[in-house]
Amino acid sequence: MEKIDVVVVGGGLGGLASAYCLAKEGVKVLVLERGDHPGSKNVTGGRLYLRPLCRYLPEIWEKAPLERLVTKEIITIMGDDSSFTLKFNSEKFRKEPPHSYTILRSKFDRWLGELVIEKGGFVVPQRRVSDLLKKNGRIVGVVSEGEEILADMVIAADGVLSLMSEKANLRGPLPPRHAAVGFKEVIKLSPEKIEERFGLRHGEGIAHLFFGSITHGAFGGGFLYTNRDTLSLGLVVGIESFFKHQPTTEIHQLLEEFKKREEIAAVIRDGDLVEYSAHLISEGGTRLLTKRYGDGILVVGDAAGFTLNMGITVRGMEFALASGCMAAKAVIEAKHKGDFSASTLARYDALLRESFVLQDMETFCDNLDFLENPRLLTFYPNLLCSIVEEFFWIGEGAKKKISSTLWKGIKEGLFNVAGLKDIWMLRRI
Amino acid sequence: MDPATKLALNAFKNDGETHISIQQEICKTCVEKYCIYICPGGLYSINEENGELLSEYSGCLECGSCKVACPHGALEWNFPRGGFGVQYRYG
Repeated sequence: MEKIDVVVVGGGLGGLASAYCLAKEGVKVLVLERGDHPGSKNVTGGRLYLRPLCRYLPEIWEKAPLERLVTKEIITIMGDDSSFTLKFNSEKFRKEPPHSYTILRSKFDRWLGELVIEKGGFVVPQRRVSDLLKKNGRIVGVVSEGEEILADMVIAADGVLSLMSEKANLRGPLPPRHAAVGFKEVIKLSPEKIEERFGLRHGEGIAHLFFGSITHGAFGGGFLYTNRDTLSLGLVVGIESFFKHQPTTEIHQLLEEFKKREEIAAVIRDGDLVEYSAHLISEGGTRLLTKRYGDGILVVGDAAGFTLNMGITVRGMEFALASGCMAAKAVIEAKHKGDFSASTLARYDALLRESFVLQDMETFCDNLDFLENPRLLTFYPNLLCSIVEEFFWIGEGAKKKISSTLWKGIKEGLFNVAGLKDIWMLRRI
Repeated sequence: MDPATKLALNAFKNDGETHISIQQEICKTCVEKYCIYICPGGLYSINEENGELLSEYSGCLECGSCKVACPHGALEWNFPRGGFGVQYRYG
């Protein structure tokens, strides 16, 4: 193989976006992917927000394998045996350029890999990278399946467990406090049924998040996204938090309980389960890495900890794509200078800081402290549901005034030390 | 539905050798057994005859939860070799 300028480890969104931008500019780039094709090891909930990407990847969307345009945002607060749903519709979600689409990664990443090849990049599947090659403290390539591959530099795009950034001493292993496990079922249902069941126009979809007792007090929640002819249904649970609540069942059992809930059972009925998947999610934000660049290396996407739980929205994929594009920009500048040292590659960090990626990560960095409060997931959902239940319930006796029901709930829920502390914590989000 | 039935729907390419190596001496003294609780595939169990920890590695979803959750560093967890392991068709 001819001499390579850049080796990208991992054919996910960050790696492929960087390879696409590099190949487009004539840089010789090689993507090594351990699966059968890009996307074959990747999982999302999930949906992709397109607007933050307008600046970075404006041209690729017309033929992209997107599933459904999300036009309904739904949040359900789950009590033990009741629930309360907020549903938000807006014409704004239908305006061009599109706001967000559900996607399936096996299809999407495979397509993005084909774009890289079209632009002249190399994408080699079935290649696991086991080590970095170093020379005089600089990274000069990788070792894959016993073969040494030399390059001017390496882009670590090897996902949430990023072995490459560990080997480059840019981060340590993912701590359980900052890791959540997502696991989901893909359920086949005809497009007609999906549209009828969820009250959707042709090609449109929902993004539905669930919070409350479904995670048994552990940090996390449930999700349901509509794809073209499938549903993505799953849970995300914080690993340390799961054990803090002394689990009595294995974690996969939570998804079975979730599916039995009336709120879910009604919409997945007679759907066929076609795939079961799981993936880790980093919840540690920018705390995970000390540096995102080194001599001859840049770290992008999940490997760099670019995932953000904003409570009612969960993001990561657009961070991966945008960080990949910014890495490519920094690499091209380094190539012009003929210098791939950390001081030149620091340009990548400057680009990230000017962008939504690091700005959003910083703005919402304290969210985890708020979201992992167990009262948020058990006490408040049940309190809210019991207040709402009382509004609707007509029993044998006389009914109390609405204001007194509400007041009683507020008094019980918030007028105590724990409640006031939780209100004070609200400033963090 | 039990996890084994769900895993049977996935496409796996089984490597002859495991990508999860277990340090049984550590596991024998472990009281938490977090790996058993955290694995979404339900792939960990205890062999009742000799008390050893078992992992059905061929059904691994490659999430890495077990490695992150283990408080004793008893699991040496690698990605399977290139071209092996789970191959998601939807993802």
